[in-house]
Amino acid sequence: MSNTLPASVDATLDLLRRGNYVADRSLATALYLALKLRRPLFLEGEAGVGKTEIAKVLSATLGRRLLRLQCYEGLDVAAAVYEWNYARQMMEIRLAEASGDRDRDALAADLFSERFLIKRPLLQALEPDPAGAPVLLIDELDRTDEPFEAYLLEILSDFQVSIPEFGTVTAPEPPIVILTSNRTREIHDALKRRCFYHWVDYPNAERERAILAVKAPEADARLAAQVVGVVQSLRGMDLYKAPGVAETLDWAQALVELNQLELEPSVINDTLGTLLKYQDDIARIQGSEAARILAQVKTELAASTAR
Amino acid sequence: MQGGLAINLMHFARALRAAGLPVGPGKLLQAVEAVEAVGIGNRADFYWALHAVFVNRRDQREVFDQAFHVFWRNPDILKRMMGLMLPTIRTESPDSQDPLSRRVADALRGTAPEAEGPEKSEIEVDAAFTVSAQERLQEKDFEKMSAAEMAEAKRMLARIALPVAEVTTRRHRPDPQGPRVDPRATLRRMLRSGGDLADLARRSRRTRPPPLVVLCDISGSMTRYSRMLLHFMHAVSNDRDRVHSFVFGTRLTNITRHLRHKDVDVALDAVSAAVADWSGGTRIGTALHAFNRIWARRVLGQGAVVLLITDGLDRDAGEGLAVEAERLHKSCRRLVWLNPLLRWEGFAPKSSGIRALLPHVDDFRPVHNLNSLAGLADALNRDGPRRAESLRKWLKEAA
Repeated sequence: MSNTLPASVDATLDLLRRGNYVADRSLATALYLALKLRRPLFLEGEAGVGKTEIAKVLSATLGRRLLRLQCYEGLDVAAAVYEWNYARQMMEIRLAEASGDRDRDALAADLFSERFLIKRPLLQALEPDPAGAPVLLIDELDRTDEPFEAYLLEILSDFQVSIPEFGTVTAPEPPIVILTSNRTREIHDALKRRCFYHWVDYPNAERERAILAVKAPEADARLAAQVVGVVQSLRGMDLYKAPGVAETLDWAQALVELNQLELEPSVINDTLGTLLKYQDDIARIQGSEAARILAQVKTELAASTAR
Repeated sequence: MQGGLAINLMHFARALRAAGLPVGPGKLLQAVEAVEAVGIGNRADFYWALHAVFVNRRDQREVFDQAFHVFWRNPDILKRMMGLMLPTIRTESPDSQDPLSRRVADALRGTAPEAEGPEKSEIEVDAAFTVSAQERLQEKDFEKMSAAEMAEAKRMLARIALPVAEVTTRRHRPDPQGPRVDPRATLRRMLRSGGDLADLARRSRRTRPPPLVVLCDISGSMTRYSRMLLHFMHAVSNDRDRVHSFVFGTRLTNITRHLRHKDVDVALDAVSAAVADWSGGTRIGTALHAFNRIWARRVLGQGAVVLLITDGLDRDAGEGLAVEAERLHKSCRRLVWLNPLLRWEGFAPKSSGIRALLPHVDDFRPVHNLNSLAGLADALNRDGPRRAESLRKWLKEAA
């Protein structure tokens, strides 16, 4: 397992494949450019298309540390970058008093030293690492609010953080940054400008079958083909929330657990909850619609094997 | 500097001021200096010198440009305008036959009295029949306003700034009476006093207004209001962050970015260019469906308040509307329906579109002039129950 950065788009594809990630070429290209030109990679797409997975696979295959920052509304510097350990600082003050040490300047300098600094993911990502710069995953950035986004601008362009009491921390080598967003709000252009952008789309049937073969090898090939067929036609319908790749894998695994070798309408009805997460959608598909889709998928598959 | 040029510069500055640019005597002196510095040999240099002095925001460029070209083509034109009553002034260059924006024309015309034309605007007389200037303005249609009235209406609209009841965030600000201790500030205070326990620094949670999403109907039945409502949307968009605006007739169009322009005329022109189906029919169900599918997750993410502006007269007779309205209602903090038809005393919620929508909104209010918008501001500012009391009456009538 090498931990050098890939030297071409094909090498990037191979690297992802080694981590059991079946990517299409456009994504590999964006990732290769981001690694090569040391820019953050901004991945946007529907839930469950494998955005977060990329960062995990990168850290595993490159042998780098993975630092994950899960975003939420109101995420602030204290939770994302650093925090002083107030309890220990108080103790230190009491100890200094008890020992009769009254040198205020020395005490202040000591209180705000690294010993009392609690490092959060963004600060950890800027630290030197013998294994190489870590992979920093800023997950679901759209859940934060604008102030935090504005704060990120500085970090992502200069890879440095200034702590008033302590000084400026600069990364010796910029980390590999992956940002993901589910688009629950639009991210500001200023931030997108600093990144390479890639819209992660649902895979086509061929790639989804390859993903199933890698991720759920215990599923029978015929079952896998049918599962992918049904999911693909569901995505073509006007559903409120189309199933993502994660749902496809869940469903395939559920069917394997139920010892299914082939799909049947009744089974689809019973397991629809692993695939669709909105009652309106389930009500639409359940019953005759599911049977219709399945029949259509089966005839298509039969036609393609006969050819 | 020749006296004539200085005088003309002064008139030009006054024209700009009348057109709404912030031009004071200081600016005029600067302009005189600038013109002296660049000379008047080259028209382009002259233009950009004045531009550098008088324009300090991007959205003032349009107004400056129009005023410059009219004024400096022939400064006598101003005298003519002062005396003559030109109904509309057109620029005389062959390449642009645009009518001047209403504000510039008004500014260059000075304070000549308006020709009394047959007014089609329906001035609503309130119960007491007292129609003072301001009240009259509050009842007046935006389309009919002159520069001065527009400026006044804009000022009033700015005062209307929708103070949607704020929600607490997870961020903090220093607050001596706050409920929480701020350890970092406390520690710094202690260090200042050499390690002795000082009093605790406190903090409280910040509040901020929730995002606002405006869905405005621009179909034929709403024609008389859509322009005024766009003005309102523009005022709201420029008054706070996180406002998303959509218009719909038969199709849904996102006009958020077009409204970002600070100058109202430019913003509305951009909207007109972007929207294809002005004054067509309405398909409220289809529009809401498109919104729910494509935009809802992207703009309703942080507890947005939705203003749905429509008269509820639906070409599809409310088909599929209830489902979509329910979905919208369930994915936002509050859904307020603004209906211009409510100005009529005898309004009865009988049409199928209205009956499909009513069960799924939290508030139902009139919107046809400045007064009703002010009332809306009050309603949104109340941190009362999610559903307004007045809604019960309407639901009873619709049943």
